[in-house]
Amino acid sequence: MEKDVVIKIRGLVNGFGSQILHDHLDLDVYRGEVLGVVGGSGTGKSVLLRSIIGLNQIRSGTIEVFGKDTSKLNDMQMRDIEMRWGVLFQEGALFSSQTIAENIQVPMREYLDMPQQLMNEIASMKLSMVGLPENAAVKYPSELSGGMKKRAGLARALALDPDIVFLDEPTAGLDPISANMFDELIKDLQKSLKLTVFMVTHDLDTLRATTDRIAVLVDRKIVVGTIDELRKNPHPWIQEYFSGPRGRAAA
Amino acid sequence: MSTAHDTQDDARARVRTERKARSLRLMAEGQWTTREAAALDAELRRIDLGDATDAVIDGSGLERIDSAGAWLLVRTKRDWEQRGTRVAPIVLDDVYNALLHAVEHEHTAPPVTIHDQHTLQAFVGRVGKATVHGLQQGVGILGYLGRVTVEVTEAIYHPRGNLKFAALVHQVEETGINALPIVGLLSFLIGIVLAYQGADQLKRFGAEVFTINLLGVGLLRELGGLVTAIIVAGRSGSAFTAQIGTMRVNEEIDAMETIGINTVDALVLPRILGLVIALPFLTFYADVMGLLGGAVMCYFDLGITVPVFMRQLQDAISVNTFMVGMIKAPVFAFIIGLVGCFEGLQVERNAASVGKLTTRSVVESIFLVIVLDAGFSILFSIIGI
Repeated sequence: MEKDVVIKIRGLVNGFGSQILHDHLDLDVYRGEVLGVVGGSGTGKSVLLRSIIGLNQIRSGTIEVFGKDTSKLNDMQMRDIEMRWGVLFQEGALFSSQTIAENIQVPMREYLDMPQQLMNEIASMKLSMVGLPENAAVKYPSELSGGMKKRAGLARALALDPDIVFLDEPTAGLDPISANMFDELIKDLQKSLKLTVFMVTHDLDTLRATTDRIAVLVDRKIVVGTIDELRKNPHPWIQEYFSGPRGRAAA
Repeated sequence: MSTAHDTQDDARARVRTERKARSLRLMAEGQWTTREAAALDAELRRIDLGDATDAVIDGSGLERIDSAGAWLLVRTKRDWEQRGTRVAPIVLDDVYNALLHAVEHEHTAPPVTIHDQHTLQAFVGRVGKATVHGLQQGVGILGYLGRVTVEVTEAIYHPRGNLKFAALVHQVEETGINALPIVGLLSFLIGIVLAYQGADQLKRFGAEVFTINLLGVGLLRELGGLVTAIIVAGRSGSAFTAQIGTMRVNEEIDAMETIGINTVDALVLPRILGLVIALPFLTFYADVMGLLGGAVMCYFDLGITVPVFMRQLQDAISVNTFMVGMIKAPVFAFIIGLVGCFEGLQVERNAASVGKLTTRSVVESIFLVIVLDAGFSILFSIIGI
């Protein structure tokens, strides 16, 4: 069966000033897969993510999401796509003037006409899904720890049950138990919702536990494969990454 | 006897109920997604259990379900169970087991309730909180005043390199020299306005020439210093709070303290002393520019030439008039710097707090500057200057 491509990147070029980050990079993300993106510091992992979700002006190339070139869409068509993805930013990016429950309800308010009680129920259900206690709902982001903010951010990203979830370093800053729970959660959601996950991460345990394929950013290009395929790749950085002490420990 | 009840045939998501004797069968069909949740929610709440003692929730006819849809099924099941009906486990395609589990997982608490903020009780509570907070703020700033006074005295009498000369000069440049254009322009305009209004009123008595007295006394005693202090509070006081506050958010202040750097020496003293040095000069400059504006207006509006203006000004004011205005400047500077730095150090570790405290710092310092100015007026009238 032909695999269904939800994100298709062709010839992507990105850079700052004279420095080139991505040099004609191609990448396909399939429906229902968990794709991990890794790379050294400054190789443009976050820039790649931000390019796909339209926060970063690309120099050239095309990015298609759900088969539509995002640079050619008008605002209304873009909204349709934005409704179908959720983004978890590194620090959660919660709206500081709203409680956690209100934060989760923001996408519902923006796109759907729901009674308040149902929104409250869904918000509290999402909270428990991401492992936050019930009383977090009425707190403000400033009252939560970093890990809790991250979970609340995930709950907001999942508010509309999107098709694609973008995660920027989701387990960074979480304790190993929470990180494991997070991995489980990603796997569960992915299995039941046919969720596509695009995840920038450095956590080798997460990569091992959740990802179907891994995209490695090296030399301004991308190398994609399963963890076992990548272990056989002779590139020195990839070797160092997957066969170094941490890489071996995660295996 | 069996009855079947169909709803919303054209909708993408459907709810059907079937009654057989005392058992109720709910059949969920179509696409139970977040988009349809609002309609489904209303539909489910309308279902009447009647005399049913047993119920089955059957989701085997679903094309697609997401977490909102799954939640609606789970909620309905719990609802019915609470009313004493036996509900069989939800029938759902195996692929959705993980989803159902995730939704059901330990989620038993009541839905989110947001407290009503519009009751009288909540209002009284807010007033009380604000009062206590205001008092605490006052005590806090008094304590800080004490600490800064001690540190300043120490820096002057036992200098041990704790006051960095370069930092001080930088602050004088930042708060003084860089403020020259805006302070100059505004004082010039205030001189014009004052002269125009004064001339307009005094003309009626044929006393136009006293416009210059009004200008001289008004600007030198009060307005020059006050306007400069207010501009500086908005310009530099806010900058102090924002700079120190951002350092607090970045944990730079914590880092300094663990290294053993005295934050008052490193951050607060150069700012306050820099401002104390800069503000009197700025005030003097504002006085000059204000008089210049007044002189321009007098020339064009009243035809008073510059030599006449100067002679009348000399009669109108004395050195005392000038000194009364100038002596207030360092006090204003100290207060603006103190409040700016104090509020900066109050910032919590989030970005929103920087904005909140910057606003508060500006409001407080302008408030205190005007209160102090009134205090000075009373003091000077008592001692008869």
